[in-house]
Amino acid sequence: MHFIDPHIHMVSRTTDDYEALAAAGVKAIIEPAFWQGQPRTQIGSFQDYFSSLVGFERFRASQFGIHHYCTIGLNSKEANNEALAEQVIDLMPLYLTKEGVVAVGEIGYDDMTPTEEKFFRIQLELAKDVDLPILIHTPHRNKKVGTYRSMDVIEEHGIAPSRVIIDHNNEETCKEVLDRGYWCAFTIYPKTKMGNERMVDIVKQFGSDRVIVDSSADWGVSDALAVPKTANLMLQRGIAPTDIELVCYRNALTAYAQSGQFNESDWLNTAPVDQRLLFEGNSVLRGGQTPRVEETAEQGIIR
Amino acid sequence: MPASICSPHDIATLLERWLTARLEPAALAWLDEKLQAVAAGDKKTLFLSFGLTARKVGKNDLKLNSDDLAAASTLRPGWNPRFWTVDQAARVLFVLKFPATEAEPFVAVLDQLFAAGEVHELVALYQGLPLYPHQSALQLRCAEGQRTNIPAVFKAIAHHNPFPSEQLNEDQWNQLVLKCLFIGIALDPIFGIDDRANARLAKMLTDFAHERWAAKRQVSPELWRCVGPFADDAMLNDLEHVLKTGTEPERQAATLALESCPAPRAAQLINTSGLNPYHLSWSIIAAAST
Ligand SMILES: [Zn+2]
Repeated sequence: MHFIDPHIHMVSRTTDDYEALAAAGVKAIIEPAFWQGQPRTQIGSFQDYFSSLVGFERFRASQFGIHHYCTIGLNSKEANNEALAEQVIDLMPLYLTKEGVVAVGEIGYDDMTPTEEKFFRIQLELAKDVDLPILIHTPHRNKKVGTYRSMDVIEEHGIAPSRVIIDHNNEETCKEVLDRGYWCAFTIYPKTKMGNERMVDIVKQFGSDRVIVDSSADWGVSDALAVPKTANLMLQRGIAPTDIELVCYRNALTAYAQSGQFNESDWLNTAPVDQRLLFEGNSVLRGGQTPRVEETAEQGIIR
Repeated sequence: MPASICSPHDIATLLERWLTARLEPAALAWLDEKLQAVAAGDKKTLFLSFGLTARKVGKNDLKLNSDDLAAASTLRPGWNPRFWTVDQAARVLFVLKFPATEAEPFVAVLDQLFAAGEVHELVALYQGLPLYPHQSALQLRCAEGQRTNIPAVFKAIAHHNPFPSEQLNEDQWNQLVLKCLFIGIALDPIFGIDDRANARLAKMLTDFAHERWAAKRQVSPELWRCVGPFADDAMLNDLEHVLKTGTEPERQAATLALESCPAPRAAQLINTSGLNPYHLSWSIIAAAST
C-alpha cells in the first residue's frame, strides 16, 4: 500500500527516517511551515527556513525517492511577535506561488490572543488571493474552544470548508469538524496528541470520509512512521483496506490536490517531467530493506 | 565577454521568438502581460510571475533545432541552450526584461530572486548567468552557486555555461573543476575546460587522485584532461602508472593527456601505450565514464 504523510517536519529528522519512510511505502510527504522550538527573532531566519522548505529539504527527500511538498505560513505562536509577523506576511507572497507549495499553513491559534487572530485572518485572505487550501493547527490547550473558534473565523471569511484541513483533532473535536464539512486530520504523536489505538476506534466510529492521519513528527519525541504503523494496526484490527487507503493516502491527496501542486502522477510516473531535475541521477533507496513498521506487534503501537 | 558583444535585448528577443512558437495562446497572453509590467520596473510582478512561471507555461523541452542553437551561439558565444525547457527560457526572459541600467540595483533584485529560489528557479537563474547585463558584477553570485549541495543547481553553473570560464578567478575555477570530479559529474560539458587548465589545478587534481587511490577508490578518467598540459615529472609518473594499470577508459585518458603534454618523455610514454591518440576523444571518454 502507498502512503502519504501530510504533516511531518523533516528539517528535524535524519536520513534514517527518510530511508524508513521510503521502505514503508510513503510516497509523498507534506512539510508544513511551523516554529522550530526556538523562537525566531529575525526576518532572515524565516526567509532561510522557507527557502530550505522549497529547496534543500525537497532535494534531500528526493534522494530517497520521496516526493516532498510544503505549506507556507506564519505559525500562531510566532505571530505574537507583531513587528516580526508583519515582515513575515510581506515575505509570504514570494513563496506561496512556488512549485510544491500546497497550502497556506499551519496557521490558527496557540494562546488565542488578539494578535494571533489578526495574523490568522490576514493569512486566510492571502490564501484566497493565491487560491490555495489552508492547513489549520488547533491549539493544544483549550482545544475545543480554539478549534470551534477557528472554524467560525474561516466561515466569516467566506472560505469553503472543503478547502480547509483542520489538524490535531481528538475524540472531542472531530464530530463538529466533520459535521461542518472540513477535512479532519489526526496527529499520531506519542503521549501529547493521539495514539494509534485511539485512532482505530475513531475510524470505527466516524468512518473514513474526510478523515486524515498524519505524524507531525518533529524535533520532539515523535514517530516518523506513524502513518504506516497506524495503517498496519488498522488492518490488524479489522478495518477495511479501502478505508485505510482513504485515511492514510487518498484523502490527503484529494484535499491538497486542490492546490494544483500535488498530483499522484508525480510519484506514479517513473520519469515525471515535472520533477526530473530533482530526481535525475539520484540513487533511490535500495530495494530489499526490511520495513521497520512490521518489527513487532508491540513496537507498532503508539501511545 | 564585453557587454557590447552580448546584448541582453537581442537575447530577450530571441527567447521571446522561441516561446511564441511553442506556447499555447493563454500562456503566451499571460507571459506578454507580465513581461510588460516587468519591463516597466514592477518588482512585485517580477517576483510573483517568476514563481508562477512553470504552472503558467509548463515545463516542456524547448526542443531547439540546429539553426536555433547556431543563432544562440552567434548572439552569445558559448551559450548552449540545447537542454533548456520553456519555463527556464521564460524565467530568464523575465530577468532580462527588468530594467538594468545600473549594476547595483539590478544585482540586488537578482539576489532577492536567488535568495528565495526553489530548485527549478535556481537552475534557470544560474543557466541564465552568461546572458544577464553587468557580467562582472555577477562573479560572486557564480562562486556562491558553486557551493550548492544540489547537483542539478551545480550543473546549471558548470555545464554548457560560458560564464565560469570568463568570470571566475583561478582559485574559483579550480574549485569548480575539482567539485565536478568530487560529486561525480562530467568535465566534458564545461565550457573552456581546456583553455583554463593551469599548473595549480593539475597539482590539485593529482593530489585528489592520490587521496582516492590511497582509499582504494577510483577517479574519473576525465581528471587527466586538465593534468596533461602541465604535467611535471611526478605527474608523468602518475600517467605512466595509469597506462600500465588502468582500465581501458583510463588508459585512453592517459594517452590523450600525454598528447597534450609538451615534455619529451610524454611522447615516449604514448609509444608504450599501444593506443593512437588520434583515434580517441575526451567526449567519448566522458560518455563512457559518467
Ligand atoms: Zn506541525
